[in-house]
Parts: sequence; structure tokens; C-alpha cells
Amino acid sequence: MMSDKLLSIQGLHTCFQSGGSTVRAVDGVDFDIHRGETFALLGESGCGKSMTALSIMRLVPQPAGRITAGRILLDGQDLLALPEHAMRDVRGKRIAMIFQEPMTSLNPVLTVGLQIGETVEQHLGLRGKALRTRVIELLDAVGIPAPAQRYHEYPHQLSGGMKQRVMIAIALAGEPQLLIADEPTTALDVTIQAQILDLLRRLQQERNMAVLLITHDLGVVAGMADRVAVMYAGHIVEQASRADFFADPGHPYSRKLFESLPTMGKRDRQLAVIKGSVPSLAREFPACRFEDRCDFAWQLCRDKAPRWLAIRPDHHARCHLNDPDVGKPAAPAAAAAMAGTESAVANAGGTLVEVDGLQVFFPIHTGLFKRTAGHVRAVDGVSIQLRVGQTLALVGESGCGKTTAGKGILQLIRPTAGSVRYNGNDLTRISARQMRPYRADLQIIFQDPYSSMNPRMMVADIIEEGMLAQRIGRTAGERHARIDELLAQVGLSPEIKRRYPHEFSGGQRQRICIARALAVNPKVIICDEPTSALDVSVQAQILNLLKKLQAELGLSYLFITHNLSVVEYLADEVAVMYLGRIVERGTVEDVMKRPQHPYTQALLSAIPQIDNDTGRTVIRLEGDLPSSSDPPRGCHFHPRCPQAMAVCRQDYPARTAFSDSHSTHCFLYK
Amino acid sequence: MLAYILRRVFYAVPILIGVNLITFFLFFVVNSPDDMARMHLGMKRVTPEAVDKWKQERGYDKPLLLNRAEDGARSVTNTIFFEKSVSLFAFRFGSSDAGRDIGYDISQRMWPSLAIAIPVFIVGILANVTFALLIAFFRATYIDYWGVFLCVVLMSISSLFYIIGGQYLVGKLLHLVPISGYDDGFDAVSFVILPVIVGIIGGIGAGTRWYRTIFLEEIGRDYVRTARAKGLSEPQVMFGHVLRNALIPIMTGAVAILPLLFMGSLILESFFGIPGLGSYTIDAIGSQDFAIVRAMVFLGSALYIVGLILTDISYTLVDPRIRLV
Amino acid sequence: MNTMPRYKNRPVLLMLVMLVVAGMAVTGVIAMFGLKPVFLWTDVLIYLLVLVIAGVVIYSRQHEHLRAPWRRVWRSRAGMAALVVLGAYVLVGLLDSMHFREPLLSVDASESGGHSVEVLSVFDKLVEPLRLRVEKTYSAPLAAHLYAREMQELPDGTQQRVYPRLQYGGAHLRDPETEQSADIVVTVSAGLMKGIGIAVLVSLAIVMLLARHYRATSAATLARIVRVQTAMAWHVVLLTLAIMLVGAMVLIELSGKYHVFGTDKVGQDVLYQTLKSIRTGLVIGTLTTLIMLPFAISLGVMAGYFRGWIDDIIQYIYTTLNSIPGVLLIAASILALQVYMANHPEAFETVADRADARLLFLCIILGITSWTGLCRLLRGESLKLRELDYLQAATAFGVAHVRILSRHILPNVMHIVLIIVVLDFSGLVLAEAVLSYVGVGVDPSMISWGNMINGARLEMAREPVVWWSLTAAFAFMFILVLAANVFSDAVRDAFDPRLRAN
Repeated sequence: MMSDKLLSIQGLHTCFQSGGSTVRAVDGVDFDIHRGETFALLGESGCGKSMTALSIMRLVPQPAGRITAGRILLDGQDLLALPEHAMRDVRGKRIAMIFQEPMTSLNPVLTVGLQIGETVEQHLGLRGKALRTRVIELLDAVGIPAPAQRYHEYPHQLSGGMKQRVMIAIALAGEPQLLIADEPTTALDVTIQAQILDLLRRLQQERNMAVLLITHDLGVVAGMADRVAVMYAGHIVEQASRADFFADPGHPYSRKLFESLPTMGKRDRQLAVIKGSVPSLAREFPACRFEDRCDFAWQLCRDKAPRWLAIRPDHHARCHLNDPDVGKPAAPAAAAAMAGTESAVANAGGTLVEVDGLQVFFPIHTGLFKRTAGHVRAVDGVSIQLRVGQTLALVGESGCGKTTAGKGILQLIRPTAGSVRYNGNDLTRISARQMRPYRADLQIIFQDPYSSMNPRMMVADIIEEGMLAQRIGRTAGERHARIDELLAQVGLSPEIKRRYPHEFSGGQRQRICIARALAVNPKVIICDEPTSALDVSVQAQILNLLKKLQAELGLSYLFITHNLSVVEYLADEVAVMYLGRIVERGTVEDVMKRPQHPYTQALLSAIPQIDNDTGRTVIRLEGDLPSSSDPPRGCHFHPRCPQAMAVCRQDYPARTAFSDSHSTHCFLYK
Repeated sequence: MLAYILRRVFYAVPILIGVNLITFFLFFVVNSPDDMARMHLGMKRVTPEAVDKWKQERGYDKPLLLNRAEDGARSVTNTIFFEKSVSLFAFRFGSSDAGRDIGYDISQRMWPSLAIAIPVFIVGILANVTFALLIAFFRATYIDYWGVFLCVVLMSISSLFYIIGGQYLVGKLLHLVPISGYDDGFDAVSFVILPVIVGIIGGIGAGTRWYRTIFLEEIGRDYVRTARAKGLSEPQVMFGHVLRNALIPIMTGAVAILPLLFMGSLILESFFGIPGLGSYTIDAIGSQDFAIVRAMVFLGSALYIVGLILTDISYTLVDPRIRLV
Repeated sequence: MNTMPRYKNRPVLLMLVMLVVAGMAVTGVIAMFGLKPVFLWTDVLIYLLVLVIAGVVIYSRQHEHLRAPWRRVWRSRAGMAALVVLGAYVLVGLLDSMHFREPLLSVDASESGGHSVEVLSVFDKLVEPLRLRVEKTYSAPLAAHLYAREMQELPDGTQQRVYPRLQYGGAHLRDPETEQSADIVVTVSAGLMKGIGIAVLVSLAIVMLLARHYRATSAATLARIVRVQTAMAWHVVLLTLAIMLVGAMVLIELSGKYHVFGTDKVGQDVLYQTLKSIRTGLVIGTLTTLIMLPFAISLGVMAGYFRGWIDDIIQYIYTTLNSIPGVLLIAASILALQVYMANHPEAFETVADRADARLLFLCIILGITSWTGLCRLLRGESLKLRELDYLQAATAFGVAHVRILSRHILPNVMHIVLIIVVLDFSGLVLAEAVLSYVGVGVDPSMISWGNMINGARLEMAREPVVWWSLTAAFAFMFILVLAANVFSDAVRDAFDPRLRAN
């Protein structure tokens, strides 16, 4: 079995200097990767998993970062002992790496062929015609259509998915034994993610390549990995085979990760959360690193670091609970509070906001006098109804126009056509001044908690701003009392109001943003991907909070997202958007359980599932989302649709209703 | 692309009109032509007749903006503003206050200016890029730190010092080349070489430091990490990837000032006695010849706009991402 | 909570009151000596600038996002050394910005009210010997003889061309040939000793003040400074201060007996000229920015935030101004001003008034040519900011435009303004020299480095060379510009988050 070991990492420590303190990004990591297997390194942001990968490549950013200890043995040879020039023969040749951001990872001014060819030339010594042939073979191998033409194209001419394929082609060029894939699909849409994961799986089998897959997504791990290691706060807390890990996770942290995933089944209860947030790696850890967030922690966990213990053969975890030599407290401290919330909201369900035929076009200017030559049809006729106290999820991939639709409803972008009726008024027809009073009722929470608050303002000022603009609270004292109340409502201490946004973690910032929106007593909140920048454990906290607030205040949410599992957990109704239009609408039951439109079906099947029931039929979509400046004739979806018919190329399908609530636009149901 | 260029040329017209308005305001509104005449003729005891004669000879004896004595279009065209400004659009510069043909002077003096400006420009960029690349190569080491400090020191020295120092050292102490003057043809080399060297050294501090930040910015990008992950050596990364991208802002920035090279360098030329457009301008300022100053302002503005257009075009040539529409 | 805003403003008010009181006190003292205070335009603007800087300091102290980067500046060793040097220049500049006219020594004592047309500054008074000890013509640094030979009648009645003794420089020596070197050594040593003594005293005073701030003993504080454990680079501050004090004392000692940097063509002390040039340089470097800032900030931010036709107009204005080569626009404007001044001599009471008006006008013109860069930067930044979520959030609350501009956009572009202001300073100081050379700089009667260089460069052709005027002007300008550049580097490193990532 020993000869099977390709890469062995022993006691790896990597740290870097940041703002005067030393961050121990990798703090004692050990694992082995066997030939031809996929080894997944799972962890939340900031746990050190990317730094581990860069350490293996010896690409830790200089001069801030430094590998301080450990051995990285590739076929028994210590990479850390190699001189730099010898290391260059390892990079790209024996170990290759692909990165999270395909958009920025390719050189923008060099052709695709040149960038792949460079690696081929470097490691295989091919030149001229042979080189070109080899590059085209590689492009073909990663599933790029018309590779001979693509050879001469520049990265900006390719979509994100195509760029990631080119990155994979570069990685394959040296015929490596090990491929490190650092969050290879995180920046991609779910249908594209499915394509890329398929490709990686196929290539690995064909070439018998080992893959180190770095990801935060349990679904991706379930679909790809042979073995799994969970990383937390700079070291590995659990390692097991995929089957063992998914059947019986051994570390409280791993268990919590599973429990905090939103699913349909957890709709009527709160999600389990991991309290607090990921600790800063700038501090030292004398004891268990998870202790302060663990429901089971007792005194020993605060005193002594747990040992690396086998739970069963090839399944280890770092937790005192698994240690037979340790006396455990009689009853573990209060296991997760899973009390279901009262989902009994007065679902009167009257329509609150009625959007009809909303269009938002952006003109494209060309020619001598900048004539408007065409339009980007970002939102092209969206009609939705938002009901009192309910959540409508607007689902779609990036670039489908869902965020623009949200801003169009709020009149943050003036719509080109259509109406937004609220309280009997058409918001698209009133002036900015007349709009002002309605701004209190319609609020928004943004995706990126880092750019949604002015870094120059204190929390109190941030929350107070809306109150001042809407003249809520007569005196400063009154307003500040309300701010305290709001902060308490979103689960923050009122003391934080004299602090600045940068002092808070992503989850805390999102809570402040929610408090800010609540400050003006809104009736509707448009939640624009509020959890997609957050880790799973923090996402659960925010989802719980949103659900609680809806129950308490009777809020209506327009929940804009690409994450279907969040939709399952939170939404009452779902509208699926594709290229500026809504292709299917219905209750969450209708759309999630009985999807009718081929796009919805494909979207649902593309989500990586944790429970790998083999009976699932997977629909793989080909190609990318077309440009909304030049949408396909006929049904927008037909170029990618597995069931496209002749008529689909001619006309846009009319609405077909299956029930009062459930309808779609597809010729299959004519 | 053609539509784009045409549009930009079209946009240039209001800008040039604005420039003309500004110079017109400065020369004819703040001070009347009478004031100018009195100043040129000497302050004391100028007869009104002498003033009128001076104005008439130079065409300043018309109303400023609107000629009420004329009818129709002539009421607008037979004015100082129209005659002095509109002819500039046809690049007819007229004659100077001293009576010389400005257009002819410009065509003659352009060449000595270029003889200095082009070598300074090309060798300067090469030198700056080389030094910046060197410093960026040794980034975060003492070479970097002291290299940047040296750049700051060089930047802090007045350009006049380089000129005077250069003249003193090379011309007067070492007697290598003449201190000043110019000659046509091949002989020009010995006159040109010192101002060129001085010009390059004068710009090296700021240039190197600026290019260094461009290089460092590129080095921090993701594609550089990709290139390293391919197993490329540091020189391959620097020349094959970083330089290619860093050259985009460097090249386009250089193209912007390319047309302005015609204007020559004011102080270099006048210190070294080069009969170019720079010293022409300085002499005009010294002798308060408004016609020449106005012509040079217009020429400079027009060349600046040409530079802007060339910059945009050069972007399309060096950056595959950019397409002009 | 209600007291919060009032509390915030109190230090600003206090500062204002203190400044006004100080200004009145200085004016009073000047008036007490029978002097007539003169407020030149640039003086007034300099006081305004001091007020603005005081306001910025107070504002920064109250805002963490500004305090943090400043702390990084205080930690920077090169930056702090530069700041101390700049401080010395500013001190001279400020002293030289308090002007007055002396009463005429009239024959009839009862007839008061008449004042000399010569405008002097407090600084002139402080260095009065330097100003008044005028030789006939050139003399080399520390020389005892003139640099030009003159016919002199010897005791035996014959005439001979000799280098005559100076009237003031080295006048105390009986035989310069033998005594001069020794005398210089003695004087320098005396200066060194005094300088070291004063430096030690000043350092001790600072350490004691710091000790109170840290609530520690002086010895402990000193140890902390020496071991570089202070938040601010105090060790560098003290060292730089000591070097400057020692240098200053040596200069003072020497200049009592000699012309340290020689004299110029009309026999004026070159040291006096270089020191007087400091104010001119500082005025051009700072007032230009002060004048252009309101335009650059308001137009740039508005163009980026409102876009549309407002943006079009503002872009048109700055493209047009930018398209005119800077030197030519300045030349054209100064020419126009010269004609105006020549035709309206009655508008200016004194030579100083006229020179000052020209200086101010030069600042305005330089401001007009240099605001476009900052304006464009701010426009770009505002364009980026307006797309950020927190601005969208403010819009979603119905916050008014003015409030969005002042609360969200302005505070988030101020670091760029600061970086540009500090960065521009050195360029403007250097530009003054070039412009004076071209003939469109400050008034020829105003002492400036540019005029000094311009006047002295013609003498480069002399044999042997008269080098000291040039050298002194270049050296003083170089030190100021280098300090400003180093300081601006420190400020940029601290305030530009993009660079810090590197």
C-alpha cells in the first residue's frame, strides 16, 4: 500500500505577516494522497485550505508568507528541500493547479493557445506544429468546441466556464500526477459547475490522476471525493472515507455543517447554527480550536488540545468526545436547541406588490453619433406578485437579470416599461420626490456585506440614516433607543453601535444591514443574495433570523438567489428566471417537487446532492447563458434545451398554467 | 473604428473653440488692443495715432466679437475674434506681432525640436522601463528600497540643476561638446547629445518609480500566480507575462504625449540654444508677442487632442480586450 | 446623546478662538512697537490655510478611519524625519508671513502716522543683520574679500587692482590670510557646542512631556524611545531635530561674522535670500492647492455622482483646460497680468503689494492648470462609489443628494485628496523655479529660488565661476522637495489601501 502514496504532507506550518501580526494560516497539517484518488479538503473561508494548496506548490505569496515547518513528500521526495529551479520542474509537470477565479487567472493579453502551449513547451519540449497539435488536443479533451478556432482567441472572448476549461487544459498540459483544484467551481453557476465537475471526474478516470479538491461545498465533496479531510482554523479536525464521513461524521464541527444546510425537510424548524464565527488565525490556540463554538464543550476542551484519534479504521477526528481515555461530563452540555418556531403566520396572503411586464433595458450606443443601436434586455417582461407575509424567491443564474429586476422594483434603476403597483400606486410613474415616502415600506438587503455599509460611518449612524431620511423618531434619544432595540432584534449587542463596520465579520455585518433595513419599518424587503457571500454555518444564522423576523413582523420577502437549497428552506413561492424572463412560477412545492420547464428541471438536477441516491437522473445542460443584448430567437432557452423542437426556434412560448399557482412558458405543454 | 475617430475629431471642435475663447479672453478682454499697443510702443507719451497705426498693421483695429458697422455674416466675421481664431482652425497662423510668418517659423523650427525630443522620449522610456523592471525584479529587498529612494532623490532635484550641472560638467569642465548652439545635418549630433542626456536623466526618477508601481500591480495579479504554477521561471514570468500587461499603460501613456513632442522642450531648448519651437515660445513670451503665444496655445491643444485619439487607438492595438465603438 | 454634536465641535471652536487671539496678540505686539501691520493677500490665505489644517487635524482625531492611517504615518521613520524638516521650513515661512511697515524716522517727532513703503516681516526683523549687511558685489562663501578686483590707491600713492576687504564679512579679522581658517574652526565649534546643548535641552523637554503623556518616568520614557517601542517614531524625530538644531546653531554662529553662502551681484547675503525664498516656495506649493481644491472636489464629485449633462459639462471644462499646455496657459495669463499691471500702476500701493498680487495670481493660474488631474481622479472614484451597495442603500432610504454627497461620497474620496495635495506640493515648488526662468514666475522683485537661479545662471559663464548662489538655492529647494516627497510617500502608503496590499 505504501507505494500507492503519491503525496504525503507532514506537520506543515505556513504563516504570513499581516498588519503587524503573524497569521498561522496552516498550523500543523498532515495528510496523504494516493495515486488516482480524489482527496477533498473541506472547510469554510479563512480556515487555511487554499494556503495549504499554495504551500504544496510553494507558491505562498512572497515576502509576507513563509513555510515555517513540515515536509511535503512527492513520491518520497521532499519538495520543501528542493532548490527553486528544481521546483519549477514539479510545478505544472508533476503537480498542476487550477484556481477559483477563472476570470482573472488567465493572462488577458495572450491567446488561449499560447497560454496552454507555454506549459506544453516548458515540460514536454514540443515546438512548432507538434506543439499546436498537442494544444488543440488538450482543448478538445477539456470539451471546448471548435478547438482550432479557440486556439487564437483571447480569454475575454470566452465565458467563465470556458475559461475554467482552459485553466484545466493548462493544468493537464504537463500530464501531472496530481491536480490541485482550489474551489474550481465556486465562481461558476450551478449548471456550469455540473459541467466542470463532470469534466474533472472524467479526466481523472482517463488519466489516473490524483486530485486534491479544495472546497467549502458538501455537495461537491459528496459527488467527487474518495476521501475527505475537514479543515478548521488552520488544521485538520477530521479525516475519513467519503462513505464513512457522510454516514457518520465524527467531529461536532462536521456534524454541525450537515445540520446547518437548508433543505426542504427543515422548512418548519430553525436551522442548526454554529454560534459565533471562524476564529482569527492570528492568535494561538492552547486547547481545542472549536471549543468556543461547540455545543458539547466542557472544561477539558478549554484546557487541553484533543488528540488525533481513530474512530474506526481510516476515520480519525480531533475531539475529546472520541477519546476513550478522557472522562466526559455526564450529559453533554445542552445539545443543539432545535425547537421549531411557530410557523403560524397570519398568511392572509393578499397581494402587496404587483409587478407587471417589468422591463429594464440598457441602451448600447454605437456609430458616429452614438446612436442607440440596440439594448441589453436585462429584464424583459417580468410579472410577479408578492403577497403579505410571504417569501417569493426569484431564482436564476448570474446574468439572468434577477438583481436588476429587484432594483427596478425599488426604482433604484428606472424601468423601461411595465408597472410596479404598490398601495394602488404605480411606482414607475411617480417622481423621485413622490417616491420618497414609499421608500420606507420597500427596503433592500445586499449580497456583499462588505460593500453595503459606508466604512467611514459608525453602526449607529448607518442605522440612523434611514430614520433621518424618513423622519422616524423625533429626537436623537428616541432614535438611539430604537437603534438599541433593532440591534437586539437582530441578535447584536447595543454596545456595538459606536464601532465601525470593518470590525465585524460577514455575518455580523449582514445582521447590521438587516437592522438598518428594519429601522424604517418596511413591509417588503428585497433580499438580494443575502447569504451567498457567507459560509454555510453563518448562512444558517441569517436564514434563521430572516425567518424569525418574518414571523414576528409579518414581512414580505422578495428573495433573489441562485441557491436552490435556500429556496427550498425559505420560500413560499418561486419564480425561475432565464435571460430576463420568468420561465416558471409556482409554490415551492410545485416548482421544487414537480418542475415542468426543462430549465428548472436541469437547474434542480445540477445541484450537487449530499445523499447520493443513484436513481437521480441528471440533466446536463450544454453551453452557456447567451448574451441578453442578443437573446436567441424564439424560446430563449432552446439552444441549450435537451427537448427543443422546431417551434421553439420560431416563437416565444405563451404561458401554460397547471394550476392556479403553477405555470410555465414552454411549448412542451401546449 | 473609423466612426470612432471621426466622432473624436468632431468632439475636438468645441474643445478648440473653448481654447480659443480662453486665449481670446486673456489677450483681448482683460487688456484691450490699445493696452497692448501702448505696451509695445513703450509706455510713455504714445500718441493715439501711433496706437492706431500699430493696431491697423496687425489687424487689431476691429471690434472684438461683433462688428455693428457691418451687415449680415460680416458683422460676425469682420472681427478680431473671428479673424484671429477661425484662421487657426485652418492652421493659418498669420504673422507675428513682429511681422514674421508664424507658419513658416513653425515648419522650420519643428525639426530641431524633434531632434531633441524624440531621442529623449525613446531612450527615456527604454531606460525607465529597464530600471523599473530591475527594481520590480528585486521587489521587497534592499535593492528595491534604496532604488525607490534614489528615484525620490532624483525626482527632488530641480530640472534646472540637471541642465546647469550638465553644461558645467560636460561642456565647461570636460570640454566634450559645445555648451549651446545648433547646426543642421549630421553636425547637429554634437549639439544635441548633451540636452538629450540631460533630458533623460531629468525624467528618470519619476518615470522609473511610476513604472515600478505599474509592474508591482501586475505582479500581484492572479494570472501571474497561474504562470508560476505552470513552472515558468521568474524571467519567463516577468518578460512573458508581466511585461506584456504592464506595457499597456506604459505604451498608451507614451502615445498620449507623442504629438506634443513637436512642441519641443521649453527650458532644454532655450538653455542649450536649440532653435526649436520650445525656445521660439520662450522668446515670444519674453518679447510679449501675443500672436505667437496664441498660435502655440492652439497648436498645443490640437496636438493634445490628437494624442488623446492616438491613445485610444493604441489601446485597441495592444489590448485585445478593447474595441472602439 | 444630545450633547454629542456640541461636544464634537468644541475643540474646533476652541482652536478658532485660540488662533484669533494669537493673531490679535501678534498684531497688537507689532502695533505696540509703532509698526503698522500689513496683511498681504497671501498672508491672509496662509492664515486661512493654517485654520483649515487645524480643522483637518481635529476632524481626523475624531474619526478612527483617519486616525488609523495617520498612526501608520507616525510609525514611518522616513516620513517623520521628513515631517520635522518640513516643520522647520514652515516655521520660517510663517514668521515671514507676518508683515508690517516701520514708522518713518521723521524729522518732526510730533508728526506721526507716516510709515515706510518697505514692507518687512517678523522674520526680516529676526535676521536683521543678514538683511542689512550688504556688500558691494559678489563675495565667496565665508570670504573676507570681494570677489572682484578694484582699483585701490596704495599708501605709496600707486594704484593697484586688488581684492578689497569686505565691509562686514570677516571684518573682525586683522589678517584674514592667517586668522581666517582658525576663526572659522572656532566659530563652528562654538556653534556645534551650543547646538548640541540646545538639542539636548529640547530633547529632554520633549521626553518629559511624553513621560506625562505615557504616565511614566522620564527615564522609562527615554528607554522606550531608544528601544523604538513608541507608537510614533520618536527616536527619528528627536534625532532629526537634534541634527537640524546643531546645523542651525552653526549657521547662526557663522553668519554673525561671515556671509556663510557669500553674497550676490548687488552684495546681498545669499543665506538671507535662500531663507526668504522659503516663504515663496511654500506659498506656491500650498496656496495653489488651497485655491484649486474647492473646484476640483466639488466638480469632480458632482460629475461622477450625477453623470448625465452635468458630467458632460464638467468633462468639457477640464478637457479644454487640460488641452492647453500648462506652461503656455500660465505664460499667457501672466502676460495678460503684466499688461494689466503696466496699465494700472495705481492699483498697487507698494512694491510688495504688486509682487504679492502677482504671486497670488500665479497660484490661481497654477491652480487652474492643476485642478483637472484631481478632478478627473475624483470623478472616476465617485463613479465607482455610486455603484456601491451602501449608496444604493442610501438611495433606497430616500436620502437627499446633498446628504449622500457629503456623508457617503466625500469622506470616501478624502484620502485621494490628501494624497494628491501632498504629492502636488513638491511639483509646484519645482515648477516655480522653471517658471521664473521662463519669465512667467513670481515678480522679479520677490526673492525666490527661481529668481536666484535665474539671476545666477548667467554668472556660470564667468571665470572663475560664481557658484554659491546657485548651489544654495538648489540645496535649500532640494531639501524641501525631498522632504515633501518622502513625506508624501509615507502618506500615500498609509492612506492608499490598494498599495498597502502589495
